[in-house]
Amino acid sequence: MDLRYSDSDEAFRAELRAWLSDALPSLPPKPGADDWQARRAWDTRWQRMLFDAGYAGIDWPREVEGRGASPTEHLIFLEETERADAPYVGVNFVGILHAGPTLIAEGSDEQKKRHLPRILRGEEVWCQGFSEPGAGSDLAALSTKAVLDGDHYVVSGQKIWTSFAHVADYCELLVRTDEPKHKGITWLIMPMDAKGIEIQPLRTITGSTEFSQMFLDEVRIPVANRVGNENDGWRVAMVTFSFERGTAFVGELIRTMSLVEDVAALAMRTPRDGGTAWDDPGLRRDLGKIAAELDALWALTRRNVTQAERGTGVPGLGGSVFKLAYSEVRARLGDLTMKLLGGAALALEDVGGIPSGIHVERWFQSMSLTIAAGTSQIQRNIVGERILGLPKEPAV
Amino acid sequence: MNFDLGDDERALQQGIRDVCKRLFPIGRVRGLEDAGGIDRTLWHELGRAGVFSLRVPESEGGVGLGTTEAALVFEELGRALVPGPVISTHLAASLIEGARGGERVVGFIERDRTPQVVPQLPQLDTLVVADAKGLWLVDPRHLGARPVAQPLDPLTPVHLIEHLPKGEKIAGPKEVERWSRDGSVLAASMLVGVAAACTEAAVAYAKERNQFGRPIGGFQAVKHICADMLVREEVARVGTYAAAVFCDGNGAGDADRAVAGARLLAADAALANGKANVQVHGGMGYTWEVDAHLYLKRAVLLSTRFGKSDELAEVVASTLTA
Repeated sequence: MDLRYSDSDEAFRAELRAWLSDALPSLPPKPGADDWQARRAWDTRWQRMLFDAGYAGIDWPREVEGRGASPTEHLIFLEETERADAPYVGVNFVGILHAGPTLIAEGSDEQKKRHLPRILRGEEVWCQGFSEPGAGSDLAALSTKAVLDGDHYVVSGQKIWTSFAHVADYCELLVRTDEPKHKGITWLIMPMDAKGIEIQPLRTITGSTEFSQMFLDEVRIPVANRVGNENDGWRVAMVTFSFERGTAFVGELIRTMSLVEDVAALAMRTPRDGGTAWDDPGLRRDLGKIAAELDALWALTRRNVTQAERGTGVPGLGGSVFKLAYSEVRARLGDLTMKLLGGAALALEDVGGIPSGIHVERWFQSMSLTIAAGTSQIQRNIVGERILGLPKEPAV
Repeated sequence: MNFDLGDDERALQQGIRDVCKRLFPIGRVRGLEDAGGIDRTLWHELGRAGVFSLRVPESEGGVGLGTTEAALVFEELGRALVPGPVISTHLAASLIEGARGGERVVGFIERDRTPQVVPQLPQLDTLVVADAKGLWLVDPRHLGARPVAQPLDPLTPVHLIEHLPKGEKIAGPKEVERWSRDGSVLAASMLVGVAAACTEAAVAYAKERNQFGRPIGGFQAVKHICADMLVREEVARVGTYAAAVFCDGNGAGDADRAVAGARLLAADAALANGKANVQVHGGMGYTWEVDAHLYLKRAVLLSTRFGKSDELAEVVASTLTA
């Protein structure tokens, strides 16, 4: 085992750093959190800059105009952009991280040609229509219905947790085309300007309106927009999960590692009993242990990347283990920080000159980590059944 | 960058696993209780397998491998519950005649610990004592010590030292640092092995034990305990491997922070998995007959060696305000 980077990897890093230090100062100020059109414009502008510099679709194959970078280069890209505080995928995270890769694997030539270049250039934004009020952890229980009518599907139902729906051009949509639970699902590309789509913002625990509910009332979607065969949509939707090797949280992890140092600095300037909060050995040790765990998770990320490069290891193991451990550490870090903040914890913005807003926001966000993209309970089922080989839950 | 086991590393891991299976099947390990955990023939076999000479340079007659390979080997020793001061005998390989070949059993303590307990005292040929000034050789037969009647780990008898002589100085503070750092990595590795053995045992039992008409591992309440065991084991393992790689100079990272963090996480993983394994075994886990208690007790023993959780957490915390 060797954690040193090769000369060519270091050259890639140096080139990227040089580009970032030129590109980042040219960015206009970030728009307000709830100014969605401005956020779309800002995020897609960054995507275009990446494209022009040859960094868009860093891990996408060259055949579809991606960079075709190795998993290690991909890791370096994520690490360096985060350390430089560069923007990430933003409002088009679904297009870049999920729908795009699904089209690469399962889309027709026509669909690839039509969508992939536009996603890479920042011209097309996607959202996701998977979950429903009655189909969360049990996603395959979805009931949004699609009925064939000539060369169109007519779709009616309700979707939920759709991020950035109001600024998206397309939606990766799972619909029910037949009875059998997993074998009656179809994957469709829904143009968001189609008639019959009603979007209702869903206010989250932090007051943000990032999520929406979508009400679909006889929306007509061309059969040509189907990805894969009819009733094969479950497999199509799952195919991207098999690529996921635990790099999804690299930026998150690096940000949290620096957040730990911010919390230590905050403790050192928080007066307590004639000294500072940092004099409290309990707090220091708790924070030291959190830092140790984050270091180990950074090591885990690097193992996952090595395994992805060599095609070894158990697919999914690194991802589920990472998510379970990381979300739990984040929760503890958040709880510790909230206690430290005292009265400054009572707002989502900085209070009394204390940089508290980010900590409160991240405390709330840590609660979404054990829920989104497979709750910790579902992740434990995955680890228990697929990795440890324990008997399955009785599934309906 | 390559942070997965290579072919040579896999072969080494498999090799030492086979050695442990042959020399230390759990039934035989349990049988070592009357011998205070140490059988001279088996100790010699460990020496022949290269456990103690692993990092002695080839030019000096050793195996010439690094800390990374040692981490893999000691993980397997931990998994097999190999009793005795394997870490200190390994660390003494270049320092004390007979250690590397398994002819001598070398114990280790830090001078200023209270209470001052030493494992396996009657079985030791040599005791190494560390303090700020260096390493000191003490003759185990000339100690003021008395046996503790009921040792926690039945395979690790302990003595309470009442008088610790100064001894003969054999190395300076630099060597103390090396013992502390390398000892922590190897203790972390053994703790990872213990944690892994617990996961394996709990999962196996959860598959075969039936209640309410089906294997208990099918119930989420039990399955999730097992999943958490694997998570703790894996996180501690990669942290330990990274620390070992840093010690070998094969990566840019703060080796002291990585070692302290790894040893901290490994102890937590072994203790938590040791308890979880008892829990999954239910009432049988609380018996002497089932092996679960031996892993938990070994986790406790190892967690007191080469570092203490509070001090290790402080080491990591001190790097946060640099």
